[in-house]
Amino acid sequence: MHYHFLDPYRPAKSVLHTLDPRVKLVLTVAFILAVALAPTAAWPLYTLLLALAVAAAVAAELGVTYALKRALLALPFALAALPSLFTLPGARLFSLQIGQWVLTATEPGLQRVLSVVLKSWISMQAAVLLTATTEFPDLLVAMRAIGVPRLLVAIFGLMWRYLFVLVDEAIRLIRARDARSGSPMGQGGRTVWWRARVTGGMAGNLFLRGYERSERIYAAMAARGYDGEVRTFPQPPLNIGQIIVLIGGLISLGALTLLGIWFW
Amino acid sequence: MLFAPKFLPLLVDSQMHIPDGFLSVLVSVVCWGLTVLGVGVALWRTGQELDERKIPLMGVLGATIFAGQMLNFSVAGGTSGHLMGAAIAAILLGPWPAVLVMTSVVSIQALLFQDGGLLVLGANVFNMAIVGVFVAYGVYQTILTLTRNKPWGTFVGGFVAAWTSIVIASLVVALQLALSGTSPANISVPAMGLIHMVIGAGEGLITIGALAFLYATRRDLLGLAPAGPSRASNRAVWIGGLIIALALAVLSPLASIHPDGLEWVAEEQGFLNTAQDAPYEIIPDYVFPGLPDERVATILAGIVGALIVFGTALGVAYLRHRRQPDTAYEA
Repeated sequence: MHYHFLDPYRPAKSVLHTLDPRVKLVLTVAFILAVALAPTAAWPLYTLLLALAVAAAVAAELGVTYALKRALLALPFALAALPSLFTLPGARLFSLQIGQWVLTATEPGLQRVLSVVLKSWISMQAAVLLTATTEFPDLLVAMRAIGVPRLLVAIFGLMWRYLFVLVDEAIRLIRARDARSGSPMGQGGRTVWWRARVTGGMAGNLFLRGYERSERIYAAMAARGYDGEVRTFPQPPLNIGQIIVLIGGLISLGALTLLGIWFW
Repeated sequence: MLFAPKFLPLLVDSQMHIPDGFLSVLVSVVCWGLTVLGVGVALWRTGQELDERKIPLMGVLGATIFAGQMLNFSVAGGTSGHLMGAAIAAILLGPWPAVLVMTSVVSIQALLFQDGGLLVLGANVFNMAIVGVFVAYGVYQTILTLTRNKPWGTFVGGFVAAWTSIVIASLVVALQLALSGTSPANISVPAMGLIHMVIGAGEGLITIGALAFLYATRRDLLGLAPAGPSRASNRAVWIGGLIIALALAVLSPLASIHPDGLEWVAEEQGFLNTAQDAPYEIIPDYVFPGLPDERVATILAGIVGALIVFGTALGVAYLRHRRQPDTAYEA
């Protein structure tokens, strides 16, 4: 298994790692909701939320820059928000002339774009921290505890278990193609249509391997007594410390949201 | 993406996974409602005929589609075509299991790899797992019926279904962005639509290749989609998918010509907190060469682009079919 680095979990024994996964999941979603509810251009509020995210990153003992960097992944999508820079009415900032078009950037436009990008970056840090400090099987248990349907959680679990196996399978296919078409990343080789057909054949091949593997997996599971039900130990109730963290977190996030609604 | 491992750019290079922060809370919540409804029906339908074998099958196929999205091929100028997988899942598994498999793929991408946000996960699942699968299935079944189940109908159907599902899903993304006040409809709709008309061609070609491979090696798998007790609900998806496709093909150009309509809705809902007046004077001289009216130019560009891509796609599919008769796949 070469691609175990796909697993975003970073093992450690920090406060955040030992926090109950149910509490972490609920608090992460609440944090992202609070960020989403923050109004446009509420810069001090964004600073507070960012400080919370950084504090959590420090508590996770992963290094402060870990989540900050990983969260930048959403940035390419900022392109989708960019047109607002030129289309919202308001005070003129600068004009760009491209051929026959004149684009005029406005102050509300700039505020909108910056807010969207910042909010996206801050929310993503929370999601990065959740997956970096929680093992996926624990996350599955947490999902089950907050009411995600049993069948769906079972499918998630099996998908997770075989993800790395099939990614390895895909990497072997890509390596085989690269070895035969003489250039990295499949750049080489005849026409686009030919390359597309080869890639399509690889996708079909991968599907077939996945399908046949799932039959073997089912046979192996059935041989060990699988009857369609995935049984797990019941979760222990939350202890008092966990409950305090949960309620304290929810109250402070609610307070930040109200602050945003009242003052901006 | 200097710091990211090599595989990450592959996962984010399509603009289909919306991150948190780009949709308003109201739009996210409405999409969650639709998603819970759609996935709920899919769970119920699949649960009704649940053969315990299906849980491993769907889990492993979810992993397969995730891994399949890493397969890409270079098109031109550094762009690459790769797979979303809604069409191939719908064709091979039937609509309801495909909804569950795509839901798992999109959810795991968001939960583990932050490819798509958590609060907007409802919207992402709605776009890719529900709209993508329904549209692909509706288009595929229509073409299969029109071509009377001829083998080449499978390939043309596969291509058009994959292309349409990508384009329609991207239009839904554009409308969600517009409704959230993130991006004006008269820019987001043509931009997303045109980009995905090209990306969709890559998806379509890979889908043809995959179907051709399976046709040659395991033809029985192409008949895998279950018939029988779920027939009526499959027909509902078929018709539903076609209606979604047609409605969006008509609605989104309309929204892009009259973005005021969407912005009015947005303002009524109180989630656009900037006062807006006459958004059209904001882009003075935004005129295409030779066309006096920006609106006419926008529609024209959209229509011409759609026709060119669609025509080329169909033509290529037809030529490929002519050049390589079905027996070639049996070699």
